[in-house]
Amino acid sequence: MALARKRATGEPIQVPEKIAVSLIVNGVERRLDVAPWTTLLDALRDHLDLTGTKKGCDHGQCGACTVLADGRRINSCLTLAVMKDGAKITTIEGLATEGVLHPLQQAFIDHDAFQCGYCTPGQICSAVGLIAEGKAKTADEIRELMSGNICRCGAYPNIVAAILQAMGQS
Amino acid sequence: MINFQYARASDVADAVRMMAADPTAKFIAGGTNLIDLMKEDVERPSRLIDISRLPLNSVEETADGGLRIGALVPNSDLAYHPLVAQRYPLLASAILAGASQQLRNMASTGGNLLQRTRCAYFYDTATPCNKREPGSGCSARNGLNRMHAILGTSESCIATHPSDMCVALAALDAKVHVAGSAGERAMAFTDFHRLPGTTPQHDANLQPDEIVTAVELPAQGFAKNYTYLKIRDRLSYAFALVSVAAALELDGNTIKQARLALGGVAHKPWRDTGAEAGLRGQTANRATFAHAADLVLRDAKGLAHNAFKIELARKVIVRALTQAARGTPQSQSNKKIR
Repeated sequence: MALARKRATGEPIQVPEKIAVSLIVNGVERRLDVAPWTTLLDALRDHLDLTGTKKGCDHGQCGACTVLADGRRINSCLTLAVMKDGAKITTIEGLATEGVLHPLQQAFIDHDAFQCGYCTPGQICSAVGLIAEGKAKTADEIRELMSGNICRCGAYPNIVAAILQAMGQS
Repeated sequence: MINFQYARASDVADAVRMMAADPTAKFIAGGTNLIDLMKEDVERPSRLIDISRLPLNSVEETADGGLRIGALVPNSDLAYHPLVAQRYPLLASAILAGASQQLRNMASTGGNLLQRTRCAYFYDTATPCNKREPGSGCSARNGLNRMHAILGTSESCIATHPSDMCVALAALDAKVHVAGSAGERAMAFTDFHRLPGTTPQHDANLQPDEIVTAVELPAQGFAKNYTYLKIRDRLSYAFALVSVAAALELDGNTIKQARLALGGVAHKPWRDTGAEAGLRGQTANRATFAHAADLVLRDAKGLAHNAFKIELARKVIVRALTQAARGTPQSQSNKKIR
């Protein structure tokens, strides 16, 4: 019944099929045509085949979709690809350089900071953002500023240890 | 999510014009609440007017020693802005008590004001809700209402306003600047949000084609004696059961001026100027604070599941005023309450 609810005017609207968008994804310009309602997350996964970024809750509550947009960590499920036209997007696929893991990727392995791994790309992208922000100095502050990334396996102590290790290297 | 058109506004006037021409459109800035509501089919705009690129993203000092915060300043940038951290730490603390860093990086100042309630019945399109479908009834009143309001409720609606930032802005006596077809105007922060009455579909005293352009803070920031104390079901990343923004100006142990606003208890940030007046001239001690709490909660009404909030609010008010008087504000990373 809810789905049958009409718009206030009841008038049909003209919707453009696709809008041309340019994203700099992991350093490479990618041009794509997306519907206005395509989230950045869906654009990455379904249009650009970058499936490292995960869809967990799709409502900004779990953090699995975390990517960096112009260097800042965001929930890619809660922004539209058209709104990010021209932005530099970094996903988990863009962190390693020339076959060498990013220090956070290596730290997550060193500390066994995951079990199933589904939240891990979001955790790592979020931690990259956290370290760039430079606000977290203590384990308490890491826990607080990583609270937007849920780990249902409960690997939190090891995630905090991994981030502390990477912070020590940066 | 429903199909919609997308347009980018070139300036504020253009945004207002586009909205006036299409009343079923919505402005989008950070998108953190609107896109979620669109995915839930609660919001069904015909068009999104993207205002995220408008030049409303600066924090500037005003002639009278205050701050003017552009409506598009992200929540995280505002919390960490040196002038906010130094002169308005109550605001910084409240912002950092809300959401997650990812969301704070996206969410705008204006959007924080205009976020909708998180009442589960408002989100669930299968249930009646006067805020979503005026006249359909309130499912929360006789439903699961543990999270709901205890002050200023109506038969129509018992939803709470979810913001932490707005509780601090109410306490700090901020002003909201808006622009619309009829021109620009400013209003006191406490006049911006409204009580539900018989029209809970309206959260704010804003015309359909008006856009928030800035929030202005007066010079006095209460940077010495303040706290934002938020009580919730988990230690981080959860909405408030009860939160209190408290700020004091002390002369020795005598209260010269007090500010007291609550979150999680009403349809709007609940500032009580009567209780503030009652604190003035009094000695800063537990009995004074308990009396203020009694004043704030004198008309509080509990329902089946949320009556605990009345006693909780009483304790949080006393503890928050104690923290403010001692000059030991609540840490938002170490959550131990002292």
